[in-house]
Amino acid sequence: MSTKVRIPTPLRKLTNNEELVEISAATVGEAIAELQTRYPGIQERLVDESGEIRRFVNVYVNEEDIRFLQNKDTPLKDNDEISIIPAIAGG
Amino acid sequence: MRHDSSTFFPAPQLVFKQLLGLMSEENGYMKALKCRECGREYPLTANHVCEFDFGPLEVAYDYDLIRNSLNREVISRRSNSMWRYRELLPVAKEPTVGLQVGYTPLVKADRLAKRLGIRELWIKNDTVNYPTLSFKDRVVSVALSRSKELGFDTVACASTGNLANSVAANAASAGLRAFVFIPADLEQGKIVNSLVYGPEVISIKGHYDEVNRLCAEIAGKYSWAFVNVNMRPYYAEGSKSMGFEIMEQLGWEIPKHTIVCMASGSLLTKIHKSYQEFSKLGIVDESKYHIHGAQATGCSPITAAHKSSLDFFKPVKPDTIAKSLAIGTPADGFYALKVMRETAGHGDDVTDDEIREGIRLLAECEGIFAETAGGVTVGVAKKLIANGLIPKDDSAVLCITGNGLKTLDAVAGHVGRAKEIRPSLREFEALLSN
Repeated sequence: MSTKVRIPTPLRKLTNNEELVEISAATVGEAIAELQTRYPGIQERLVDESGEIRRFVNVYVNEEDIRFLQNKDTPLKDNDEISIIPAIAGG
Repeated sequence: MRHDSSTFFPAPQLVFKQLLGLMSEENGYMKALKCRECGREYPLTANHVCEFDFGPLEVAYDYDLIRNSLNREVISRRSNSMWRYRELLPVAKEPTVGLQVGYTPLVKADRLAKRLGIRELWIKNDTVNYPTLSFKDRVVSVALSRSKELGFDTVACASTGNLANSVAANAASAGLRAFVFIPADLEQGKIVNSLVYGPEVISIKGHYDEVNRLCAEIAGKYSWAFVNVNMRPYYAEGSKSMGFEIMEQLGWEIPKHTIVCMASGSLLTKIHKSYQEFSKLGIVDESKYHIHGAQATGCSPITAAHKSSLDFFKPVKPDTIAKSLAIGTPADGFYALKVMRETAGHGDDVTDDEIREGIRLLAECEGIFAETAGGVTVGVAKKLIANGLIPKDDSAVLCITGNGLKTLDAVAGHVGRAKEIRPSLREFEALLSN
C-alpha cells in the first residue's frame, strides 16, 4: 500500500531535498514511524516528548486536517497523500 | 503633515548612529529571528518556522540600543504614521512601503459607553486606516518594506479579504508583482477591492484554512515573499503599531481593558507585546491591564478554549458572517490564550445577529461603520460589561479593525429601507406625521 508524503521545506534537509516521498503505512502514526526509519531525526521534529504531534505542526490526509479525522490513528488507503504543514498566520 | 521617507528621520542623525555603531547598517535594531518555542536563533531572512520543532519565529530586537534612541520626545516630533515607532518595527533601513499608514483616530465614545453601561470607552478606529481601510495596512506596510530589503520582486498572501486588499494596493504603489489567494465565498466588496489594483487574484474553492494550507505549499515551491507565510515574523510585528498608538493617544498610558477581535489571534498577542515593550523601555509606566478576546460564535476555537480553561484549542469548520475572522485553525491561538490568561482577560463570542446589532450600535452611537469583525468586538464588549467581567466604573478600548463598506452584504436587509416618496412636500409631511 503506497502513500505519498509531501515534505515541507524545513524538513527537506533530512530527506536529501526530496519534496515527495512514497511510503507504506496503515495509519498516520505508522507513516511518521516509517519516515523516521528512512530519515532518522524526522520524528522528533513532528512529535513531542509525550508522543503527540507538535502543536504547530498541521498534518493533512487528502487535504483534510487529521484533527477532524482520527489524529495519528487516521487510517491510510492506497494512493492517499499526506501533507505536513507548519501553522501559518491569519489574513 | 505627511513626510516622504527622506524626511522621516534626519539623515545626519542616522549616519551619526551608524558611525557610533549604535545601529547595524545591515539589520537596524533587529538581532535575529528567534523560535518562540525553543529559543533557537536564525538569520533575519524570509523564514517563519523553526526547523527543529516547527515553532513560529519572531523578531528579536536589541532593546538596549532602542532605549538609547526612542523616547516620547523623539516619537512626538515624527510624522503622524505608524512609522513614528520605527525602531520597534522590523525593517533594517528607512521604510519604503506604506509611509502614510496608521495613526488612526482614537475616538472617545461617550454615547456608546452610555449604551454599554461603562464609565469610559474609546474606539481605536482602523476603519479609516490608509490606504485600504483596515488594520492590515499596518502589517503589509512592514512586510512589503522588509520584502524589498530582502530583494523580492513578487509578493503574495492567503487572505480572508482585508489582507488581500492591502497587499494588492500596497504592492501596486510599490511596483511589486502580487498574487492574492482568497476563499471563493468572500464578500463581493472585498473581491472588487483587490481586483481593482491589478494583482493576480486566485479564488480557491474552500474555506480560509484550506487556502492557507495551499499557500504554505506554494510558498515552499516559489521564491515569493508570502507576507503571512515566510514573511510572517516581520508582518505580524506591524500590528504592534496599533497598541503603540493607543498608548500615545491616551496620554502615554496603557488602557485598563482592551478588547480585540481574533481570527488567528495574532493582533491580540501583538497589542500585548506593544504594551510590554513601551513599559520595558520606560515610555509608559507599568500598570495592570487586561486584554480580552472576541470571536464569532460560528468560529470560536480560541474563546471556547478560554471558557473551558484549556491552554489549547480544538480546530473548527467556520460558519459565520464574520468572514474576516473565519479561521478555524488559528496559528496564534495558543499564544492568544496565554495572553488572555496572563492578563486576567476574558473571552466571549457573539452570534451573527449580535454581530449585526454590534455594527448598528457603533454606527448609531458614534458614526463609525465597522465591518463584521467590528460588530464582533462591540457585541463581546457589551456582553463582558453586562456580565460584570469588565467593571462598569473602568475604562476600555475597543480595537475596530475594518470598514463596513467592505461587508455590505452582511448588513444589507437588516438596517431598514429608504422611505420612497414623490417629490412633493405634501407626501413628505404625510410621511413625517406617520
